[in-house]
Amino acid sequence: MSVKDTSPTLEVRNLQTHFFTKAGDAKAVDGVSFSVGKGEIMGLVGESGSGKSVTGFSIIGLVDPPGNVVGGEVLYNGKNLVGLPDEQMRQLRGNRIAMIFQDPMMTLNPVLRVDTQMVETILAHDPSVSKQDALARSRDALGRVGIPAPDERLRSYPHQFSGGMRQRVAIAIALLNKPDLIIADEPTTALDVTIQGQILYEAQKLCRETGTSMIWITHDLAVVAGLADSICVMYGGRVVEQGLINDVLDHPVHPYTRGLLGSVPGANSRGTRLYQIPGMAPSLLNLPQGCAFQARCPRADEACLVEPQITEPIAGRGVRCCHPHLNAEEEIGA
Amino acid sequence: MTVFIIRRLMQSAIVVFVMSFLVFGGVNIVGDPVEMMVSDEADQEERERVIKSMGLDKPWYIQYGKFVTNALQGDLGNSFVYGEPALQIIVQRMPATFELAFVSLLMSIIIGIPFGVWAGLFPERFSSKLIMSGSIVGFSLPTFWVGLMMIMVFAVMLGWLPSTGRGDTVIVFGMELSFFTPDGLSHIFLPALNLALFNTSLVIRLTRAGVREAIHMDYIKFARAKGLSYRRVIMVHLMKNIMIPVVTVLGLEFGGLIAFSVVTETVFAWPGMGKLIIESIQNLDRPIIVAYLMIIVLVFVVINLVVDILYSILDPRVRLQDVSS
Repeated sequence: MSVKDTSPTLEVRNLQTHFFTKAGDAKAVDGVSFSVGKGEIMGLVGESGSGKSVTGFSIIGLVDPPGNVVGGEVLYNGKNLVGLPDEQMRQLRGNRIAMIFQDPMMTLNPVLRVDTQMVETILAHDPSVSKQDALARSRDALGRVGIPAPDERLRSYPHQFSGGMRQRVAIAIALLNKPDLIIADEPTTALDVTIQGQILYEAQKLCRETGTSMIWITHDLAVVAGLADSICVMYGGRVVEQGLINDVLDHPVHPYTRGLLGSVPGANSRGTRLYQIPGMAPSLLNLPQGCAFQARCPRADEACLVEPQITEPIAGRGVRCCHPHLNAEEEIGA
Repeated sequence: MTVFIIRRLMQSAIVVFVMSFLVFGGVNIVGDPVEMMVSDEADQEERERVIKSMGLDKPWYIQYGKFVTNALQGDLGNSFVYGEPALQIIVQRMPATFELAFVSLLMSIIIGIPFGVWAGLFPERFSSKLIMSGSIVGFSLPTFWVGLMMIMVFAVMLGWLPSTGRGDTVIVFGMELSFFTPDGLSHIFLPALNLALFNTSLVIRLTRAGVREAIHMDYIKFARAKGLSYRRVIMVHLMKNIMIPVVTVLGLEFGGLIAFSVVTETVFAWPGMGKLIIESIQNLDRPIIVAYLMIIVLVFVVINLVVDILYSILDPRVRLQDVSS
């Protein structure tokens, strides 16, 4: 149940992030637009190399050279973050917009104690907080993400935690300053399924309780199905389909989304050959003319040689396709 | 930790014992000190008296046995040249060498780490390329030549700094040190810089490599995503990680500085152990050579232990325990 706020926490408009490599310019993010309302969780889905992580880093201003945000707007509460001075961006990072990374084994600094890494996050944004208060807040944050004996754990080093516990610590750090938006870049991919379930549950609960918005970047549709309010499917640096989660999953319109859904092994497909999308994801350096998906698409024809624009064939849905599946009765994966 | 240290000390004792055997054996084979000690006009009787007084008439294993027994009591024999206990002569020269090595180590850290970090953070800049080329020069130029050039330029041509000796010294904790007087500092500057050249280059390259590797790690990106200032990300999150290899190498190099300051001490007439050992080798002053080598072994053993302990402080993942290997 999501409350639709009139002014979204985050609105991304026509975002373009390119990587200027020796082999050529890679359009990692090319004209991505979406918005995330207050307390809303948006799933950003795509294969490896579809530009979903770069989208996350572009929002928080951490795209490293040779990459650069070359166009578009990232509006946080109406304020454009693209081209914002470094210092103002730093004040937002970890404070109003936080990020969680994919590999919990790598995100915490191995040579610093957990309390150091938590307290500095508070003091970086409010130097007036006393060390004691910062420690107390850190302890509470650890408790909130379900870490037992937070007092002792504060004095531990990251290597003394398991992977799941480290990801909880990372989430606790992201939550420390009660941000308005959390960008979670595949935070459960490196964890086993039971831990993943717990983390998802915690994340959903925290968003509901604190009104924090979230962008959950993943390639796992099952995760998004249980967690998100809305979904954005990316392919080749572009959004190919977006809308409310149930609408998109129940009735996917873009051939790629249908292919993705068809690739998920279901309980009633036992014994049958699993479906796969033919071909491979295209290289961002060498995208085909027109629709990026045409080479793998069963419906492609000459019309696809012209880049399709995002259209709204159904209310509240965005689709970038020349031949969308508008007939609701078609079987998925066909 | 305590178990680790005790175990390491026992291992060290074995190393020292083996070393004593090798050193004594090696030195015994080389040269004939009697030739050096006795004047050409001395007759056979005189020669034999000298040989007897130095205990050179006994078989080598008796000499070695006597050497070990005495060494355990802190007596490494009397110098043939000075007639005083070898250990005492070396210990007198030790502060000068330790001071030189320490100042030179300090220099390589103070110069090497900032340059290395800079070159690692901005590898494409001209200044970084200049630093890296400079470090190659520092690696490859021979120490004695650079030392001579330094004397030529700074002492002879410019006359800014003195070229030889220690200058004024003060007694600190029973050691004569140049470091605390202005005159002493001016004397130690050139030799220390000369000795630091190689290590500075080493530190620059190590630090740069560490920065290049660590800067792309997720924990650095996460630290930035937390909104930490650039300064804190570099000074705390990055530095603490790259210090691990730097400390290891510098620790080992400190032993090398003490042992191999021979060239620099000779060029700058620095009255340390290195100069002493060169003179003693020329005179075949056997007790001094043996005592010197034994002390260097001890120094290396102690430094290795300290490095291991430092390592465990810098990297919490390292736990000091007896690894069965």
